[in-house]
Amino acid sequence: MDYLLTEEQKMMQDLARKIADEKIRPVAKELDEKSEFPYEVMKALADSDLFGVYLPEKYGGFGGGVFELCLITEELSKACGGIAVCYAASALGTIPILIMGNEEQKKKYIPDLASGKKIAAFAVTEPEAGSDASAIQTTAKKEGDHYVINGMKHFITNGGVADTYVVIATTNKTKGARGATAFIIEKGTKGFTFGKKEDKLGIRASTTTELVFNDCKVPAENVLGKEGMGFIATMRTFDASRPGVAAQALGIAQGALDLTVKYATERKQFGKSISNFQGIQFMLADMATEIEAARALVYSTARMIDAKKNNVAGASAMSKMYASDVAMKVTVDCIQIYGGYGYMKDYPIEKYMRDAKITQIYEGTNQIQRSIIAASLIKESRKK
Amino acid sequence: MLNIVVCVKQVPDTTDVRIDPETNTLIREGVDSIMNPFDMYAVEEALRIKEKHEGKVTVISMGPPQAESILREAISMGVDDGVLLSDRAFAGSDTWATSYTLAKGIQSIGQFDIIICGKQAADGDTAQVGPGIAVHLNIPQITYVKKVENIENGKITVERLIEEGYEIIEASLPCLMSVVKEINEPRIPSLKGMMRSKKAQIKTIRADDLDVKSEYLGLDGSPTQVVKIFSPPAREKGEMFTGEVSDIVEKLSNVIKEIK
Repeated sequence: MDYLLTEEQKMMQDLARKIADEKIRPVAKELDEKSEFPYEVMKALADSDLFGVYLPEKYGGFGGGVFELCLITEELSKACGGIAVCYAASALGTIPILIMGNEEQKKKYIPDLASGKKIAAFAVTEPEAGSDASAIQTTAKKEGDHYVINGMKHFITNGGVADTYVVIATTNKTKGARGATAFIIEKGTKGFTFGKKEDKLGIRASTTTELVFNDCKVPAENVLGKEGMGFIATMRTFDASRPGVAAQALGIAQGALDLTVKYATERKQFGKSISNFQGIQFMLADMATEIEAARALVYSTARMIDAKKNNVAGASAMSKMYASDVAMKVTVDCIQIYGGYGYMKDYPIEKYMRDAKITQIYEGTNQIQRSIIAASLIKESRKK
Repeated sequence: MLNIVVCVKQVPDTTDVRIDPETNTLIREGVDSIMNPFDMYAVEEALRIKEKHEGKVTVISMGPPQAESILREAISMGVDDGVLLSDRAFAGSDTWATSYTLAKGIQSIGQFDIIICGKQAADGDTAQVGPGIAVHLNIPQITYVKKVENIENGKITVERLIEEGYEIIEASLPCLMSVVKEINEPRIPSLKGMMRSKKAQIKTIRADDLDVKSEYLGLDGSPTQVVKIFSPPAREKGEMFTGEVSDIVEKLSNVIKEIK
């Protein structure tokens, strides 16, 4: 398929592919085994200017948008879904500043994130607030010209390695979702520490930790938007960032399929390559078709968001849900084609399945995505 | 402020070089062209010297018009300028004529302090062009450089790879050095660099633009005559003995007896 990319977009894609092949593939297995953060890959991405592709030129970016972010994330994910998410999660932490930040905040924080000098993280999830983001317990109490934050966040991607955090805390518990407020909190702020580092099934090169706030004083100027707008900031961020997760899923699926087609042509049974067997061919054909359908959905959604269309929530949820379901199905089938070898860690394919699983869970489980899609359908129907 | 010139060559992207038995030249059809991998290290080292000492890096290549693409690739890595020596008159050059033409091309660009080449080209494998340029320009040459230690007061100190280890050599500038792959790890281009390289003007120099003797150029200026090029015959597959050690020893000793 030809998605009619511009010269610049092709250039970015080529560059990301080069980094994926030269810098990511050689280390993916080792970093997965050791559960180690890919500092060197992040530096290569920064040196190549790829952290800024989706950010306005005014703040040191390249003036692209969600679509460019998706193109890069997809390419990196073909080589390693875990390393790719370290990159994508920094965007997830940057997007709320871009969407909700005032001019001063944007000028202060975005240039370093666009250059990759610093990386970001977004912190909403708590032990008792997963899909129900309105149930957050972390509190922010205003005292003079600052807020005092107390509580903890968990399952935070880039926790501990990121420099800039956007953290959702409640400034008024009685108001539920409307009492949530978004804060920019920098690493090193007194009272802000990191807890347990998670040992995960997949995306193991990415770091997932707890964030602990103990009487952490944050200046009032670090509030994103206004007090009480934290939940809106979260939803708007996710609307813009879900195609990124979808692109990660897409890359994982494509990367796995590419390896599997090659394997099927090389693996011989009954005197010929297994790619000659119709049973294998049909599986490959289905996988390729589903991946292409997912890509069309993800790219269209990303372009719709960049064109500033209204009501992107449904499309955004569809792209994330569909691409991640495809990734899970495809990676399971890829292992099937590899047979017994596919189940062994000597071959790269099992990692793709482990990496794919999270894309059905984070940034809203696929069940939550279906609720969002249904809600947007019903809302549209009522308007008619 | 150092003026650094890097010589690069476009080569076929393959380790399996095929030769046309009729013309004794490389078959380039159906093979992508890339920058000679050894030249990537030369470009990288030039950029590192520039970053440390300030200066300007120019890449130069002799080749057909499509060789422009490797000059743009070098620019995307951070090189300032690209110069292409391209003319029918240069066709068929051997290493002597090539080094003569490149030397004249380098002189025509202006002042230079350091010329860097990859140790050899991946297609011809001669390793003669770098030294040839130094001879034509009458400047010192240091081959197989694995580390640049220092550049100051018009002198350069380097580590030069030799079979038993390395030797430290000092040379006065201007000089030419050829580098080995141990010297660095070439960088991946940046997006800004790639955008700049797309718009960059590549200066093309023809034979008429140079102060050269036409009888020194191209096929006429090449004392080397290739009589025949052939791929060495593939080595026959050996015989593998398996089983108990005592059986293998017996089989092997029988084979040795037969040979004797």
